[in-house]
Amino acid sequence: MTTTTLGPRPSPLAPTKDRPRNRAERLWKASPLTWVGLVLAVILSLFPFYWMIVIASRTNDAANSWPPPFLPGGKLGENIERVLANGDANIVKGLMNSFLVSGTITVATVFFGSLAGFAFAKLRFKGKNALLLIILASMMVPIQLGVLPLYILMAKLEWLNTMPSVTVPFLIGGFGIFMMRQYAEQAVPNELIEAARMDGCSTWGVYWHVVAPALRPAAAVLGLLTFMEQWNQFFWPFVVLADPANPTVQISLRSLNSAYFADNSQIFAGTLIATLPLFIVFILFGRQIIGGIMEGAVKS
Amino acid sequence: MSLDLDSAPAAGRHSRPADDERRPRPTRGRTLTRLDLKVSPYLYILPFFAIFAIFSAYPIGYTVWIALTDRSPMNATISFVGLDNFVELITQDPQFWNAVVNTFGMFAMSTIPQLLIALLLANALNRKIKGQTFFRMAIAMPIITSTAVVALIFSMLYAREFGLANWLLDLVGIGPIDWRANRYASWFAISTMVDWRWIGYNALIYLAAMQSINKDVYEAAALDGASKTRQFWSITIPQLRPTIIFTLIISTIGGLQLFTEPLLFTSGSGGISGGSQGQFQTITMYLLDVMNTRFRWGYAGAVALVLFVLIALMSTINYLLARRISSDK
Repeated sequence: MTTTTLGPRPSPLAPTKDRPRNRAERLWKASPLTWVGLVLAVILSLFPFYWMIVIASRTNDAANSWPPPFLPGGKLGENIERVLANGDANIVKGLMNSFLVSGTITVATVFFGSLAGFAFAKLRFKGKNALLLIILASMMVPIQLGVLPLYILMAKLEWLNTMPSVTVPFLIGGFGIFMMRQYAEQAVPNELIEAARMDGCSTWGVYWHVVAPALRPAAAVLGLLTFMEQWNQFFWPFVVLADPANPTVQISLRSLNSAYFADNSQIFAGTLIATLPLFIVFILFGRQIIGGIMEGAVKS
Repeated sequence: MSLDLDSAPAAGRHSRPADDERRPRPTRGRTLTRLDLKVSPYLYILPFFAIFAIFSAYPIGYTVWIALTDRSPMNATISFVGLDNFVELITQDPQFWNAVVNTFGMFAMSTIPQLLIALLLANALNRKIKGQTFFRMAIAMPIITSTAVVALIFSMLYAREFGLANWLLDLVGIGPIDWRANRYASWFAISTMVDWRWIGYNALIYLAAMQSINKDVYEAAALDGASKTRQFWSITIPQLRPTIIFTLIISTIGGLQLFTEPLLFTSGSGGISGGSQGQFQTITMYLLDVMNTRFRWGYAGAVALVLFVLIALMSTINYLLARRISSDK
């Protein structure tokens, strides 16, 4: 009774909503130093992208001048044409191969990942935990460990210098299964599955009509992350795609750089081409990608 | 009603008659349903295990075997040599140890600043600021580039002549550095490539974890007069322990496999040797060097296994170190 008469300032012990929120706001306000740090971080993060455009749009002479150029020039189209026509790099073939490989792996990862994730989240079977542990362990093993026998295997299958060698081993990975499992556990209520079973749905029917639609948001994020990761693969393609006639786009870039005389404006035009598809993906779906990274971190 | 009573004994094999009473179904359908329930889960996880068995487990097992032989495409017969490859690798191979030192040097040089800066950046992003989304997008941008692209861009930044890094040094009156010839300079250059690509990614992971910390703890600390710096080290860091362990292990696995950045740091076909003196050749580069240039496959198997042991060892050490973060409480 007395506290209310004291005016707008509530007692420190009173369970009001305004006071803690005000204090929290004061607590979290950014200082000028924070702003300076953040702006600096943004400049450093974006500068290499800007510089890629600067060099890609200049002649090689201008790129190798002192002081270095800081403004874009007018030769972007010309440099891109030169890269596309460069027979050693085969970048057009590389782009097509990369789209094919990354696309196939993305579709397969989302499909197999959602199926297995559903099984681990919602179905009962013997050895579930042990199998899940194997999947977790598989994510810790670097590809280098088995690289030599894998290379020999590819040679025996006659897959060297062909796209199956960089596609088939990556059709499904542990990460996709884990991500889908986590999401399925939360997003698909058991009651819904029970109801579908009552209506006579088979396990596949439950997956197709109930689980798959519910997993769509997670599938989108997994697809984006998988596509990015696969598009950017370098180590394994470098090992099995030694023949420059049939590269992925990252291997094309390596060929551009292998020339005795490095033509930087051409190399940078190449990096621009190789980055452009992901840049477009990022502009369109940046929020989902960031959400996926942040969500994955909290759960693991 | 009588139908229910009749069908229940008919399906006497079923242990739960209550279930049957509720949902009478034809026997053939029920057998199919039971088969479906039993087999489906295994079918759904089969693709992973098939691919894992053929393209991961089998090669790993084979690596262990091959490391005990002198297998090479040049040898007509393969003979079992026991641990000879390992003995030679550890006792008589200075180039391997050079690669180990380089890898660990660059790993430490990149990982420590990478995670510290990511922590500070996440802490800054966790404040009340306008344009949250813009800042997050901007610092996450580097992860869309491939390591190959990063390596090529930074190679030109660190060019000996006309390079941007040397131009900046020139502005503050420091003479040009030959970034490839000097061992520590080359480590530094390669570390910045790694850090540029991964700091934003780690910052986002830390930010996610920071946002799940209960704000009441900070409030209580503020009431007790703890400064923001104190709160950061005494509340934020201990609360982030699992996340820090996660990023440390991820960075260890990635850092000890370092390959693309140093490979593309030099133009020309000699990239695999990591500079004129091998000053930035990493273990993975050395592995491919042994495998594809010297064709000593058995020996390469030993290199791969030792690399794996080193990664496992470092991950464990990092885990134990990170676990101590809040043990002083």
